[in-house]
Amino acid sequence: MAEATADAVPLPEAQPATAVRTATPLSAAQRLALHYFLVAMVLFLAQMIFGLIAGLQFLMPDLLHGVLDFNVNRMVHINAMIVWMLYGFIGAIYWLVEDEAGVPLVGIFIARATFWVLTAAVTAVVIVFLVVQAGPGEMSSIWLINEGREYIEAPRWADIGIVICMGAFFYNVAATFMKGRWSGISGTLVLDLIALAGLYFAGMFYTTNISVDQYWWWWVVHLWVEATWEVLVGCIMAWGLMKTLGVRRKIVTTWLYIEVALMFGSGILGLGHHYFWIGTPEYWLGIGGFFSALEPIPLVAMVVHAVYDAGRHGFKSNNHPALAWLIAHAFGNFLGAGVWGFIQTLPQINLYTHGTQWSASHGHLAFFGAYATIVVAFVYLALQRWRGDVWMSGDLPDRGWKWKWALALLNVGALAMTVALLIAGYEQSFVERAAGGSTWEAYFAGQTTPWFVQAMQWRMIFGVMMTLGLVLLLWDFLTIGRGETRAAKAVPSPEDGA
Amino acid sequence: MATSSTPWWASEDFWRKCAIFVTAFMALVLILLTFHSLAAIQSGAGRVPAYAVINHRIDYRFNEERGYQVPVIGDEAPLFGRKLSEEEAEQLVDLGKLTVQAKNCMNCHTLLGNGAYYAPDLTKAWLDPGWGNEQARELLMTLFLKDPIANARTFGTGRRMPDMDLTDDEVRGVIAFLKWMSAVDTNGFPRGFEPLPQGDA
Repeated sequence: MAEATADAVPLPEAQPATAVRTATPLSAAQRLALHYFLVAMVLFLAQMIFGLIAGLQFLMPDLLHGVLDFNVNRMVHINAMIVWMLYGFIGAIYWLVEDEAGVPLVGIFIARATFWVLTAAVTAVVIVFLVVQAGPGEMSSIWLINEGREYIEAPRWADIGIVICMGAFFYNVAATFMKGRWSGISGTLVLDLIALAGLYFAGMFYTTNISVDQYWWWWVVHLWVEATWEVLVGCIMAWGLMKTLGVRRKIVTTWLYIEVALMFGSGILGLGHHYFWIGTPEYWLGIGGFFSALEPIPLVAMVVHAVYDAGRHGFKSNNHPALAWLIAHAFGNFLGAGVWGFIQTLPQINLYTHGTQWSASHGHLAFFGAYATIVVAFVYLALQRWRGDVWMSGDLPDRGWKWKWALALLNVGALAMTVALLIAGYEQSFVERAAGGSTWEAYFAGQTTPWFVQAMQWRMIFGVMMTLGLVLLLWDFLTIGRGETRAAKAVPSPEDGA
Repeated sequence: MATSSTPWWASEDFWRKCAIFVTAFMALVLILLTFHSLAAIQSGAGRVPAYAVINHRIDYRFNEERGYQVPVIGDEAPLFGRKLSEEEAEQLVDLGKLTVQAKNCMNCHTLLGNGAYYAPDLTKAWLDPGWGNEQARELLMTLFLKDPIANARTFGTGRRMPDMDLTDDEVRGVIAFLKWMSAVDTNGFPRGFEPLPQGDA
């Protein structure tokens, strides 16, 4: 196994906690990663703001009617989310690639250019979404304004730009590993990136046939968030556990392979749970129901892995906020993606929950728990290094109240909002679906019952709570580690005993 | 690598092979099923109707054998009183589908249950009993899509569809698309839906 990396530090006892920090400057790739994190956080804030407006429109339907209608707010809400998470993943990979490969990034000029091109494209798409909003029923609208397909609304010109940028990003990552050294983590990561980028092509065509349309659309949406994104965060998690706790490489790599086997073993055919009602043959009811019911298993494995490793190292991490968010990721992923998905994945139940607030409930906790958390954890890792490898364990100034409150407000807010939406979903399933037979009248009967309305009110309250948490988190990002003189706590080298 | 202290079932090597084999096998199964499913959902192949279905009356009736409701194609009942060839019908449905995408309908409505949850599902919009009767349906749908503010259908809520500036052709296209979509065999989704009374029913 490879020798200890350049920034691996000696064993804990070797360095007093008050040692003067010896910061080495960030590499070009790490500075680029910070750019990605910055844009990610701006979009995270945008996601929250447009989510709040859309949530309010459930309670106040006249709000911004004809100006910023629900469909516009909701589109910006979910697209800002997809893009900030991708920015977070890309930033995390630029951050870890040199450390993992043992050589400087290959093609830094291309990497920098890609960032600016991608960011300019994202800005243009958001402005068109907000200002132009919709176009005539012509292909030019699909090419220039809005593809009108949930989650992948970006117009076709932007799709092509995204594919080119992803190709450049993939070149940076793969070429760096090829020049340096490979590991289990980097091998898994590179193969996963090929799948992730390739799947995007499945969303880049137009067809009249809505069943064919939705068949391929789910290849992008499901095989991203329930398969390739999960493996991607598995790689990031493996690296994060080595860095924060000093978990041995051999352990995290073996776990990563177990997770990949379980994730793809259940998630690839778990795609079938989206093929129950879109016109596809009946065999998907059985295949989709069975395999998607297995999808929580790898998420349980991830919780066991993270908690076991953290406990094994006595929670002695060099970065408490990052470790806390990694643990939040493990539980959030299991609860949001695993449990909340499982409760409605069998076709016998899904028949009544499909297309109701159950899906909104699941979506909110899954995206937050599985992906927002791990990006936040990674930002803390990067900030620690940026501010000069500073101390971020216990005994932070002001007892670290900002990161702790941000953690609590965001996680409690997300979980409680999810519960509120689930209650709305139950009510909708009963009133609209089971009793009302899914007519438009039944739909509106469901939307106006006091239980539904109250659930929407609670959802707003917890949405505000999350937004406060985010503001606090951003404040913490701006301040944590500034003026800190203690060096980071040392953790064992992950390569020891490998 | 398995060392003497690591049993084979806990070794890195074993799990790497598992990961590769399982991923390859599952991907292969998905690709094979995709070939079958795509053939089964071509328009006119059975589960998804030919576009000229808009020339016919469409119903949604309980099927004893399958245990749920399925679309039933009935007598001739041309949309807007004009019978179209398969090509003309496809063109009209295509205009509707394109309009539904360009106007971002899916970020308020669901189609086949997928989309956003701010407005009703459109899977069976053509058959919704809210249109009153078969004779009024086309006119009411046209008026609504032309001016959804003046002809708002909020069922007592304040949620009004915004004016999407549809042209007359786009309105006809959207209605054709909705009529065609209502004939897709969705394995009984939505369940218990009572369609608008039609024909002799």
